[in-house]
Amino acid sequence: MTITEVIKILDARVLCGNDALTQEVSTACGSDLMSDVLAFVKGKTVLITGLTNIHVIRTAGMLDIHCIVFARGKVPGDDVLREADEIGIVALTTRHTTFTTCGLLYTAGIRGNNDRAQPD
Amino acid sequence: MQEYTLADAYEVSARDYATAGDASAAIKRKLKQLGVDSAVLRRIAVSSYEAELNMIIHSLGGTLSMTMTPSEIRLLSADIGPGIPDIEQALQEGFSTAGEEARNLGFGAGMGLPNMKRNADEFNIQSEVGKGTQIRMLFHL
Repeated sequence: MTITEVIKILDARVLCGNDALTQEVSTACGSDLMSDVLAFVKGKTVLITGLTNIHVIRTAGMLDIHCIVFARGKVPGDDVLREADEIGIVALTTRHTTFTTCGLLYTAGIRGNNDRAQPD
Repeated sequence: MQEYTLADAYEVSARDYATAGDASAAIKRKLKQLGVDSAVLRRIAVSSYEAELNMIIHSLGGTLSMTMTPSEIRLLSADIGPGIPDIEQALQEGFSTAGEEARNLGFGAGMGLPNMKRNADEFNIQSEVGKGTQIRMLFHL
């Protein structure tokens, strides 16, 4: 599905990256632990998190994660969103909790990253 | 002797969380410009970022270096201490001595070294307490 569909499913608001919403997403990862994200995520993935610090963006940048959903209505600071925008990450916020956000996307066909960060 | 096409070194300061990731982002950007395959690039970026974070979280400071030849990329993380007393233990997934600051930011879960080892084609770590730690990683292109 596209990021536009993700927005619709989660009733989300776009925080940055408005011009990149037609990108496809097929997998997702829900975590507040960036150490785990670094160890388990591969490929084009949506990251669902409750953390809003700059390291979420930097971790996503290293992994080529192109869409981050901040759960429970959280909105990172302007400096964090600026960096996300600079490296081409779409940032969304949804009022749903992390658990519900994951559940809604799973129900819609998005699956998890079961493989570790290994070569394709 | 093999001719290097690129060699870069970045200083990494202890506990400097504000700039954490800058060195790895610079390395990733350069390698992307040079057309390195995206799957290999992601493995290098993850390994480099883990090494950089480890130096910030645990070390007294150090240097992250990258050298590239037409056939391979090497990363070297070299710090000035304090050194790892038990490398076997440090390589176990989940073992961590990271402090609260690192954990609050979402790091320090004891995944760094195992993740570097998993992502690199060759991985070597040497450490001496009181002297420092050197991590060498090789990636085939």
